[in-house]
Amino acid sequence: MTGRRTLARGAASIIGAGCTEFSRRAGRTELQLACESITAALDDAGLAAADVDGIVSYTVDPVEETELVRSVGFEEVNFSARIPYGGGGSVGVLQHAAAAVASGAAEVVVAYRAIRARSGASRFGSAKTAPSPTSGHSGTTAMQWCMPFGVLTPASWMALNSVRYMHEFGVESADFGRAVVQLREYAATNPAAWGYQNPITLDEHQESRWIVEPCIHLLDCCQETDGSVALVITGSQRAADLPHTPVRIGTASTAGLFEQEIASDHYRPDLSVMDGTVALGRRLFEDAGFSRDDIDVALIYDAFSPILLMQLEGLGFCGFGEAKDFIADGSLALDGSLPTNTNGGLIGEGYIHGLNLVLEAVRQLRGTAVNQVADARTAVISASRTGAILTLD
Amino acid sequence: MAADAPTRPSPTVTDDSAMFWDAAAEGRLVAQRCAGCGRLRHPPRPMCPACSSLEVEIAELSGQGTLYSYAILHHPQHPAFEYPVIAALVDLEEGVRLLSCLTDVSKDDVRIGMPVHAHFVPTADGPLIPVFRPSEDL
Repeated sequence: MTGRRTLARGAASIIGAGCTEFSRRAGRTELQLACESITAALDDAGLAAADVDGIVSYTVDPVEETELVRSVGFEEVNFSARIPYGGGGSVGVLQHAAAAVASGAAEVVVAYRAIRARSGASRFGSAKTAPSPTSGHSGTTAMQWCMPFGVLTPASWMALNSVRYMHEFGVESADFGRAVVQLREYAATNPAAWGYQNPITLDEHQESRWIVEPCIHLLDCCQETDGSVALVITGSQRAADLPHTPVRIGTASTAGLFEQEIASDHYRPDLSVMDGTVALGRRLFEDAGFSRDDIDVALIYDAFSPILLMQLEGLGFCGFGEAKDFIADGSLALDGSLPTNTNGGLIGEGYIHGLNLVLEAVRQLRGTAVNQVADARTAVISASRTGAILTLD
Repeated sequence: MAADAPTRPSPTVTDDSAMFWDAAAEGRLVAQRCAGCGRLRHPPRPMCPACSSLEVEIAELSGQGTLYSYAILHHPQHPAFEYPVIAALVDLEEGVRLLSCLTDVSKDDVRIGMPVHAHFVPTADGPLIPVFRPSEDL
């Protein structure tokens, strides 16, 4: 396709960011967690609840809009949206918020996710067979084709792709391990992180038990976490009058391809390449007019380490099959060519279903990250099928 | 319950998927074939994505295929299954891909590209489902 439209460059900005603590047991409801993170984000933005007229979250988020509105005290909501595709849709909240602001549908939009992935009733990583024929819009209807065969968890859905990737390019578990060691090094200096003060070695990675052989050891997995993250988005003109230097949404996009699923693309022809992410990269860079050389820091959805490598390739930061060498060369480190998941990622910091990666991108561009990239001005965020480029310029 | 009673959960059958599971229950492996343009498709769906036809025929499949990818599942463990489960993506010779699992093979003998063929095993409520085993002696 040609002549694709993209968001007006920089039309919207992130002007507030907030979160709760990330923990294994929040001890309060998702609704309360959302209230806390949203209030923190509004305080950060220097705005009040009454200023908000739009709300965006994930289809899988358990917080109902009606209860949120009457808890936080929004006076009149003129725009609301939910993004499908599970965590793959996590950066889509920025696209919807920016589009709402750019179109005039809303003036101030709050994007949020609240989750009790650890202490809640259902953990993503637990073994459960499908209780209902469809997914409740979590994007996992296709998993009815997995359940009778014992393929019950996101790790197992995704592993079929990962094993084909390893086969095609000669990638080994230790190649994933080197990425995890880097993530855990970042997490070790991040007080908010699950892995704070607890770095690992490659040997420890290799010795951790198999979840899915031969691609996913225990230490390749993100940490199911309780917590909430919220962001406040408005037009860049209004943003200029607010306390923080606005973080502009340079572009934000979604790329979902024919037969793509959630946490798997089992029926796409070539599973050794995340071709949905290739399409996303084209949208973020070529279509929106950004250069990969301009990226100072990358935040890449790492529910499991193999998809970190595959997205690096899909986004075009290295060739197909070359992420293992790119990582072994130290590219993901603070002094590397592409500092990546500097909060420790979902593997090292915690799993707020991807929205904590957006939070980290904002902190990097504000210069307030724990593992700060010097003079970071442009960040890319990828959740494989949704993504954004944030910039100060 | 006898020690060897089947414990695998029965498939979730919907109006969109029933043609596949109903045939499997009889020990037949099938896919949808578009009556308009002849395209095979799996998983089942109400409309042909190529020509928009709603007319569907049932194509009988041979059950012969090659292993496109696999995954040896160790954790978490559900009581309905024996571990490790060897999950499989099989490219069937007719040109559709099926997600299933492998039986009758040691995990160390599994190779991408190996020829496999379908056989049927019972689930807890009775219906058969298709699983795969290597076609050649290992």
